[in-house]
Amino acid sequence: MMTALHPILRLTRRLAGCLPWLLLASCSKEPAAGSAPQASAEALAPSTPLKVAFSYVGPVGDAGWTFAHDAGRKAVAAKFGSKISTSFVENVPESADAERVITDLASQGNRLIFGTTFGYMEPILKVAREFPEVRFEHATGYKTSANVRTYDSRTYEGAYLAGVVAGAMTTSKVLGVVASIPIPEVIRNIDSFTLGAQTQKPDVTTKVVWINRWFDPPKEGEAAQALINQGADVLMQNTDSSAVLQTAEKAGKLSFGWDSDMSHFGPNAHLASAVVNWAPYYEKAVGDVLAGTWSTGQTWWGVKERAIDLVSLSDKVPPAARAKVEEVKAGLRAGTYSIWKGPIVDQSGKTVLEPGTVATDAFLLAINFYVKGVEGSLPASK
Amino acid sequence: MLELTPRATPSLRMAYLSPALALVVTVMLCAALFALLGQSPARGLALFFVEPFAGARALGELSLKAAPLLLIGSGLALSFRANVWNVGAEGQFIAGALCAARVALTATDSTSPSIVIPILCAGALGGMAWASVTAALKDRFGASEILVSLMLVYVAEQLLGYLVFGPWRDPAGHNFPQTSLFADPTRIPRLVSGSRANVGLVLALGLAGAAWLFSERSRAGFALQVGGASPPAARYAGYSARRALWLACLISGGLAGLAGALEVAGPLGQLTPHVPAGYGFTAIIVAFVGRLSPLGAILSSFLLSLFHIGGELAQSRLALPKSITMVFQGLLLFSLLASDTLIHRRIRWRRSVRAATPSSALAAASAPTSSDERPEGSP
Amino acid sequence: MAGLDSIASLCGASIDAGTALALASLGLTCNERAGVINLGAEGMMLLGALAGFATTVHTGASLLGFAAGALAGATLAAVFGALAIWLDTNQYATGLAASLLGAGVAAFAGVPYTREALGERATPALGGLADVPVLGPALFRHHPLVYGVVLLAVALHYLLETRPGLIVRGIGESPETAHALGYPVRRIRFACVAAGGALCGLAGAYLSLVYTPLWVEGMTAGKGWIALALTTFATWRPLLVLLGAYSFGAVTMLQLHLQGEGVSVPSQLLSMLPYLATILVLVLISRGPALRRATLPASLGKPFNPGA
Repeated sequence: MMTALHPILRLTRRLAGCLPWLLLASCSKEPAAGSAPQASAEALAPSTPLKVAFSYVGPVGDAGWTFAHDAGRKAVAAKFGSKISTSFVENVPESADAERVITDLASQGNRLIFGTTFGYMEPILKVAREFPEVRFEHATGYKTSANVRTYDSRTYEGAYLAGVVAGAMTTSKVLGVVASIPIPEVIRNIDSFTLGAQTQKPDVTTKVVWINRWFDPPKEGEAAQALINQGADVLMQNTDSSAVLQTAEKAGKLSFGWDSDMSHFGPNAHLASAVVNWAPYYEKAVGDVLAGTWSTGQTWWGVKERAIDLVSLSDKVPPAARAKVEEVKAGLRAGTYSIWKGPIVDQSGKTVLEPGTVATDAFLLAINFYVKGVEGSLPASK
Repeated sequence: MLELTPRATPSLRMAYLSPALALVVTVMLCAALFALLGQSPARGLALFFVEPFAGARALGELSLKAAPLLLIGSGLALSFRANVWNVGAEGQFIAGALCAARVALTATDSTSPSIVIPILCAGALGGMAWASVTAALKDRFGASEILVSLMLVYVAEQLLGYLVFGPWRDPAGHNFPQTSLFADPTRIPRLVSGSRANVGLVLALGLAGAAWLFSERSRAGFALQVGGASPPAARYAGYSARRALWLACLISGGLAGLAGALEVAGPLGQLTPHVPAGYGFTAIIVAFVGRLSPLGAILSSFLLSLFHIGGELAQSRLALPKSITMVFQGLLLFSLLASDTLIHRRIRWRRSVRAATPSSALAAASAPTSSDERPEGSP
Repeated sequence: MAGLDSIASLCGASIDAGTALALASLGLTCNERAGVINLGAEGMMLLGALAGFATTVHTGASLLGFAAGALAGATLAAVFGALAIWLDTNQYATGLAASLLGAGVAAFAGVPYTREALGERATPALGGLADVPVLGPALFRHHPLVYGVVLLAVALHYLLETRPGLIVRGIGESPETAHALGYPVRRIRFACVAAGGALCGLAGAYLSLVYTPLWVEGMTAGKGWIALALTTFATWRPLLVLLGAYSFGAVTMLQLHLQGEGVSVPSQLLSMLPYLATILVLVLISRGPALRRATLPASLGKPFNPGA
């Protein structure tokens, strides 16, 4: 088959030409033990841009979680200019593949690597052991090591602020939340949303539907529809796409944007967007590495540090509610307002936070109950 | 114009050449796609076909990914040959992972490392049990094994979710949906330090060989093949279709379950909702590209593993979307199927001489090719 | 929240949820009645979803979007048909390849569209009918395509009894006989495959233009495979296909509904319901071999090569 050979010949010649260079290049990328800079204290020479890499669990176009992280990356690239060079890999699943991708990033010369989802915890720890000179930042995790630290944002503050608006706007007094996975973070958000709404109307109830996925637009839309069918007129989500907002728009109900500004997805339904701004933290992290002051730890930032905000409030929101939102934000920034301050009662009527007590971070991290006003029972049976 | 005329006998040479031809066509299409995207085709192809071989660690990753594909692919090759379309191997993979995890969770740091054997056996048994549901429903009720096994994949996924959220959740895990990390003795032994490749590769190669022996050299295997190729002949020879169904399901299910056990006790080391990695579906392609032979599956499993890792590299180095891997896999399969037709037909260049006879509606309507019945039922 | 209202909304939601399935299944029925099994439904739906969404984003016209979706599905089906019908490749494998390629190309080409939103669209309402209590929310607040699907099912039902329909069915039962009678078997099969593909593409466009108006990789989430199952357990009868699709939609919405009601069964177990229900119905249908044989196109999945 003569015609079939020519392409092979051509390709083989090309590949043969490239081969030596490729092998050379790939050899030099293996971390050479002696040449790696010392673990923490040295600052990098200003002429070598610091290579920073990001690993995302979803697509940057998800308009939600990953989109927000990528916005943070772009901000940091703009701020530090030629001192750093950033790159990202998207759709890296939380499976055994993650270890390979993160290892590849580390062996490609990246000195600071961000893993933006919980499921990267074990892979990051494993890779960190093999690459002690690389710094790893793990979002929403809880394990640290000498070169791994964790960071998170107080999304519950955004949920609370949205709840205030929801409470003001609801007429049926039934709110609906499309929830992803029953981990403490999401339960905390549902609870905070309800608490916020109760500042406006103490007798609102919140219905919850769990779809067991972070990102599944058709399912999110179906869940939203189910909640609307049960009387919810204001919806909230803890999932990553704009489907809930779009479903609310179609049905003439109200909803919020989550993680990023989603106002253009549902102009009539959109009340506000609870956004996460990773830029302040990313700037700090990169700055730490450039200055040589990076050290391990756990960080949890919120409205105070500009990591969380409620933006793009619709004109529909009455002035009283707006004032309350501003009051809460100001209080959070000054440290004078606490969302989780007793008395807080759970679904069964038990007082979980005594009057006047402010919840500690440890308490917040372990929340595994619904507050009074939330309907249904938690799916996790234990 | 080009014409396809049937051959008198299928060409053996083409049977071997066809996958190579398909690969060449796919590579050419890949290169064209890279060029269209503004990337250097040479660099793109190198990332796919050269980079994954660069170094011990890279080779280890390649075999780590190829081992489960090979295991499942061998089983599916046998099953498809017998005309039992077990499309739900992913579900059997999950079931195997679940059973293996159950056994692994009983281990503590002081357990003997030989617990790996019960773990792997549990995985195989779990996969077999899950596949037997499909077999039973087909056997007893005639329900299509394609659809039942596929539905069971979704059921298995939900079951996994239920277990890691509920009864099997790590109590010290801050309520995150995962089991605790398995104790060290449960880990599948690695082959070479510095790479993640483990004994699973050896197992996979060995079992692929065993599957081939079974299929080509044993009576039961022969019965399976005949049953798939020509049911009337099988009936005439007295081969039981029922037995073929159960054998095919149990073998492919058991191998898929074993792959699940290897994944969970190997690189993962715990049970998470992300265990289903799509191996069950990719293995279908592995089986076909390997010409439905366990030995062929050895090559095709590495090829598909190459595609997958290449796609990841293209993503992280060239910023190309991850879906490029799916496109290449689809192209490969299509090219293979197209070039397979050359086994039974040959291309001829015919000067278009069509006798200007008055054609009746009958002659005009029927297709122009003529002659013998083609051997039926080949994949 | 009156119980009746709740049920009415559930009905309405089930119909919406089942429409994509119904469209795809009707398309597959066209294929399978002619004796060709096309496992590429998922890929065709995804391509149709992307094509529809992209076209509407650029032109602003949903109608063009639906047309584009149908065209995209038909194109992939034509590629499948070229191999499976004219080159006699294995239909199962070719269908799988089509599914994979369709999904991959859609994901790949769809990357620029993930952040797009369609403009504001009016919710169509059938005049006063939409406000009728109970029946209004259940039946009269749907997108025109939903009603189109019902009409399509009825049309197909009658079409199968007409002469062209009987020819197609004849080809599905025994292509050799049809060939002997002088019918261009392969051309007719190809036409059915293309038509089926168009309907699958349209189903995808419905998802991305009406159901959840956005594009995201893999958004059909297995609906193509469910549609395949649906065709079988509706025994290739268009009206039963419609019923089955709505029932499946109902079970899907029901489990979400139950969660909202506060039922304490773990959500994952509830999520299994639609798939277990499908298996159950498959078993029930297949249990009567006579029933199955009565409508199973005898040549389904087998290649046809006009020969001696």
